[in-house]
Amino acid sequence: MSDTTHHDDHHDHEHHGNFWTNYIFSTDHKVIAKQFLFTAIFWAMIGVGMSVIFRLQLGFPDADLSFLKPILGKWIDATGKLDKEFYLALVTMHGTIMVFFVLTAGLSGTFSNYLIPLQIGAVDMASGFMNMLSYWFFAAAGVIMFYSLFIETGPASGGWVIYPPLSALPQAMPGSGLGMTLWLSSMALFIISTLLGGINYISTVINMRTRGMSFNRLPLTIWAFFITAVIGLLSFPVLFSAALLLIFDRSFGTSFFLSDIYIGGEALPNQGGSAILFQHLFWFLGHPEVYIVLLPALGISSEVIATNSRKPIFGYHAMILSIIGIAVLSFIVWAHHMFVTGMDPFLGTIFMFLTLIIAVPSAVKAFNYITTLWKGNLVFTPAMLFSIGLISLFIVGGLTGIHLASAAIDIQLHDTYFVVAHFHLVMGSASFFGMLAGIYHWFPKMFGRMMDAKMGYFHFWTTFIGVYAIFFPMHFIGVAGFPRRYYSHTAFEPFGLFTDLNMFISTAAILTFFAQFVFVFNFVYSMFKGRLAPANPWKSNTLEWTTPRFPGHGNWVGAIPQVFRWPYDYSKPGAKDDFIPQHIPYSETPESNLPFEQKLAEFEKQEQQEGIRIQKESQITTDNNENV
Amino acid sequence: MNGLLIAAVGVLFLVLMALIYRVFMLVRVAKDTKEPNAKDSRVGMSNKVNSILFIVFFFVLFASIFAYGFSEKVKYILPESSSIHGIEIDFLFWLTTAVTFFVFIITHILLFFFPYVYRYKEHKRATFIPHNNQLEIAWTIVPAIVLTALVVTGWTVWSDITDPAPEDALHIEVMGHQFAWKVRYGGKDGKIGKFNYMKIDPTNQVGMDFEADESNYDDFMYNELRLPKGRPVLLKIRSRDVLHSVFLPHFRVKMDAVPGMPTQFWFTPTKTAEDVKKELREINDPNAEAFQYKLACTEICGGSHFAMFMNVSVLEADEFQKWYDSEEAWAAKNVDYLKEKKIKNIPSNLASN
Ligand code: HEM
Ligand SMILES: [Cu+2]
Ligand SMILES: [Cu+2]
Repeated sequence: MSDTTHHDDHHDHEHHGNFWTNYIFSTDHKVIAKQFLFTAIFWAMIGVGMSVIFRLQLGFPDADLSFLKPILGKWIDATGKLDKEFYLALVTMHGTIMVFFVLTAGLSGTFSNYLIPLQIGAVDMASGFMNMLSYWFFAAAGVIMFYSLFIETGPASGGWVIYPPLSALPQAMPGSGLGMTLWLSSMALFIISTLLGGINYISTVINMRTRGMSFNRLPLTIWAFFITAVIGLLSFPVLFSAALLLIFDRSFGTSFFLSDIYIGGEALPNQGGSAILFQHLFWFLGHPEVYIVLLPALGISSEVIATNSRKPIFGYHAMILSIIGIAVLSFIVWAHHMFVTGMDPFLGTIFMFLTLIIAVPSAVKAFNYITTLWKGNLVFTPAMLFSIGLISLFIVGGLTGIHLASAAIDIQLHDTYFVVAHFHLVMGSASFFGMLAGIYHWFPKMFGRMMDAKMGYFHFWTTFIGVYAIFFPMHFIGVAGFPRRYYSHTAFEPFGLFTDLNMFISTAAILTFFAQFVFVFNFVYSMFKGRLAPANPWKSNTLEWTTPRFPGHGNWVGAIPQVFRWPYDYSKPGAKDDFIPQHIPYSETPESNLPFEQKLAEFEKQEQQEGIRIQKESQITTDNNENV
Repeated sequence: MNGLLIAAVGVLFLVLMALIYRVFMLVRVAKDTKEPNAKDSRVGMSNKVNSILFIVFFFVLFASIFAYGFSEKVKYILPESSSIHGIEIDFLFWLTTAVTFFVFIITHILLFFFPYVYRYKEHKRATFIPHNNQLEIAWTIVPAIVLTALVVTGWTVWSDITDPAPEDALHIEVMGHQFAWKVRYGGKDGKIGKFNYMKIDPTNQVGMDFEADESNYDDFMYNELRLPKGRPVLLKIRSRDVLHSVFLPHFRVKMDAVPGMPTQFWFTPTKTAEDVKKELREINDPNAEAFQYKLACTEICGGSHFAMFMNVSVLEADEFQKWYDSEEAWAAKNVDYLKEKKIKNIPSNLASN
């Protein structure tokens, strides 16, 4: 009893708390989700902005970049050229920020937090406090990373994969000094944040589903978030250990990754370490990370596409199975990033086979999306457009994955722009589109107002064209053999002939970047001035649309709705409307029930009798508690 | 000229965007959008516009991408591989590209035409199709078979490439360091002497360990990677500081250089640069005359990673042999150094100089 009292004190406190407890150190999952979202948008502007700067360098190598001096300071030299080491720092920071801060924290942090309780029918996360810590660890990680941009020696610059020895030896490049230390500290905090979040998502999904919300009635969004959290929980600790070993090598003279090195005119004492070991550890996280980024996006688009096709998602169970299949397989394909590191060719063979197996569930997902559109009644909301765009990008990027998974072909393509094109389409852009789809779709729930659709269309078409214009030509440059992470392509004759295409890509990148401001404007404007959202603007089946326009702490006023059916009863034959939300019992829809559902309806009636009794009892206890 | 072109494309892009926006605005004016909730019409005119735009997108963007790709293919597609295994890699690449292109076209026709065909109509209902087992089994099994076929062909090539090098292969050591390459040949005995990173200094840059291995004495170094035409070559690759990667794009060769873990890659060069130039002239490549083999670094290794190149050349077998035999050993050129280092086993013919 004392336990419940305590809980309710806390509850009250939240309701009438001050600004700090309501908006800053809040434990409410909806507020935390928004904190993640705002932070991710902030980082996205920085991360994409960085890519624009280094695209300027690549597309216009002779241009005078002095106008960037106010931002970049000494990294622009007297002749207006970007410093070549800082170029690498930008690339590294861009990769790190986009992958971890924007698409990991921004996607899972925002949407798992926001949607899990709302879609499974829970008052909040399993542990609101841990959830708050999760955000604040992320924020702290961000502060450190941000700070590292301004230090004398520059931020980490060995690539987002931070392979040692480059990242271990400050002699090797300035960014491997303090910048790298800060990178590692920041990522350590980030990993803690991800783990705190992940544990919460998992336990919430397992333990806090409302009555009737069995696993085979979960919306695919929740399935995706759930599996993503599991992947994160299993893989991030490995990155943590890799980072820890690297810290030891850097600061305490150990030799986990270092051996036989002569640098800066001196032979280092380290012997017996393996630089390749680090890559195994890194990619054991790194590959699953691709799916950590992608699965939530696919989950979001599943929901958006089903809703706006007015049609059940095609192959619900196949979708779940492929999510699980992808999750399991994602742990045993990591060495496809390492075909040319000199590892045993037989190992290469094994990883080639395993990698191509993972293409099968991915293909199944793509086909299921397309078939969901088939014979649908499609409503093109901005979210729907971005979801369709996502499928296109996912397919195009996924297909070039088949090239790269074949070890022999990868000999030629590894670490060229072909890879840059591949992963930007399949993971970067596809996930980014998923995130935008999610924002457009759930904005009305988050802020109680509608975003402007016309601006959304404009945003989608510019971004969609832009993304293809930026990343597709990179395949060509990659086929021509141009290596990635090159500051300049003019230094080298066989690779020096693509100036015009690089210029085109850079121009497209700049325009696409500016188009994003339309979104930012729409977002901010609609938050305050948007049309008030109806309760269920997209006529969707899931539970979040049964909450009030501005759901308070606890999400539902009164009892949490019970769930009777799967979330995809769209356009059911015989039904009055073209959607039947999850909380509508079969007993209320005799006209559209399938034979086995008719039986369930009978069953429901008995259950409901009991349910009412239980509800009454719990109502009494809550009332009592409110009065304490 | 190019700048103009880019500017034109940029302007075109902006105009296109403005146009799209304008269309939407006009539509909005013409048919004031109701709340999506409103009973009578759930969607406005923009639903149709969006669905048509997918088709436009399909034709305009993809067609221009592929048109550009085809018209400029000479520029982007490397000359036919100058190594035996490279031909097979290229075959695999184009085979995979053909298969994936087919899948791309099929899926994108469906994906970009369905929006128009099945766009929202007020009095229509979507068809309730939760799943279809036959279809789902079919599209699980068909990709599985196609992928298996691709993997198995890929695997045969991979295992050929990674088979041990033939006995008669010429051994060449390639060592990467910030930011250059060092190339060492085995000299008369063809054997590359042992090294020890502790022996590295500004003179002995690759750390030849003369005391541990006498076969170092006839090794010579050269400032270019010279390869014999038609003879298998085994590159023994290492690094002395950070990771690098040996990339010979025209030979379809890539292998990382790892400090503390020597790696290797063998292949057979089949064409001299002159041979390639001749081929390029035949297809009217405007850059044929500038053709030059290069070795590039493809693993980020620091600030000048982008400039870490070495020239590569392929010589006819006899020419190569003549050059090889005429090169003076590194030790012979650096006797003073050896003496200064108090190396004990200096051969008498050198020591007497
Ligand atoms: C307008 C948008 C973007 C542009 C123009 C862009 C451009 C680029 C380019 C050109 C590179 C390669 C640089 C090089 O290798 O020399 C790069 C690297 C990278 N990008 Fe992006 N990118 C964009 C968005 C994204 C997004 C959304 C992601 C999210 C996954 C992302 C993730 C990465 C990663 C992981 C790298 C590798 C960094 C490294 O090599 O360490 N980028 N980007
Ligand atoms: Cu991977
Ligand atoms: Cu390099």
